[in-house]
Amino acid sequence: MVSKIDLDHIEMMQYDVLKEIGNIGAGNATTALSMLINAKVDMKVPKVELLEFRELADIVGGAESLVVGILITLEGDIHGMMMFMLEKMSAHHLVNILMGKNIDNFEEFTEMDLSALMEIGNIISGAYLSSLSQLTKLFISSSVPLMSIDMAGAILSVPAIEFSKVGDKALLIQSQFGENDTEVNGYFILIPTLESYDEIMKSLGL
Amino acid sequence: MGEMIRVGMADLNICNSPNAITTLGLGSCVGIILYDPIKKLAGLAHIMLPDSTKVKMNENKAKFADTGTDLLLDLLLKAGAGKSNIVAKIAGGAQMFAFSSNNDMLRIGERNVEATKEKLKLLGIRLLAQDTGLNYGRTIEFYPETGELVIKAVGKEKKII
Repeated sequence: MVSKIDLDHIEMMQYDVLKEIGNIGAGNATTALSMLINAKVDMKVPKVELLEFRELADIVGGAESLVVGILITLEGDIHGMMMFMLEKMSAHHLVNILMGKNIDNFEEFTEMDLSALMEIGNIISGAYLSSLSQLTKLFISSSVPLMSIDMAGAILSVPAIEFSKVGDKALLIQSQFGENDTEVNGYFILIPTLESYDEIMKSLGL
Repeated sequence: MGEMIRVGMADLNICNSPNAITTLGLGSCVGIILYDPIKKLAGLAHIMLPDSTKVKMNENKAKFADTGTDLLLDLLLKAGAGKSNIVAKIAGGAQMFAFSSNNDMLRIGERNVEATKEKLKLLGIRLLAQDTGLNYGRTIEFYPETGELVIKAVGKEKKII
């Protein structure tokens, strides 16, 4: 199947639609996060970007920046990957809030912390995907989340490789969230396959 | 001290002493170093996929283990490296996420390493050292002056191979 979306000549209209998807998905997810930690979390305007692979890691603060990455593979009407990335410091902060620890505690994560992080990833990605599913009326099922704590470049190589099978660029819908006082910073990155972009567009009547 | 030349994902470049060449945050991708220890000339390719013949969009040669190695060798020979001198070191090919055993998508690191080794064998290039697999990311730096490949990983001692 030939995709209707030509990555090199993407229309303004399509950009706007993808941006709106990011907006709604991340909005829902940010609300979920906010409720989880009982604090206000701000969301920045989402970006829809078409990037060369070598530029990919720059969007999250450089290839070597330390992050917690939670990866979910998407199945059903939409295929692709969804990544929830938190700066390592932010992840510590979230865990401290949730586990009732001292706020300055930045020791290595315990098993308990790790499962808490996984659960956060699960809830938040679920919120993102369910709003996407509601909007498009498409069935989206997601895998069990997988987690890795490492350099951003290394973690992003996993979705990048998936994308590299069909092209030389990655189109991603990226939303950044952050909370001013406590500095909980992170990203949602939605990377559907090319065919799935068509599905999304079609479902929205475009 | 020379300059540090940076190579991104699906990219390649060459460098000579006293300069060095690096790629940051290798995950499931493989960093392939080819070098001529006599001319002190080296090249680095950051490949993402094992086989260019299995993929339709294969114009970017640096993306694949097979065509990436060919192109890198070609560049080195053009820059004056002696074919019979050239040796190799490789790093990367990690599995970043623990997975349920049948998910082929996440086993790509292992396949990248296998394909790279096969390609080197085919070209008759000796693989001197490797630091591959496992489950963590690597930043690598290669120094043509000494032939040392420095590997850095989060929370681990610096390694030289």
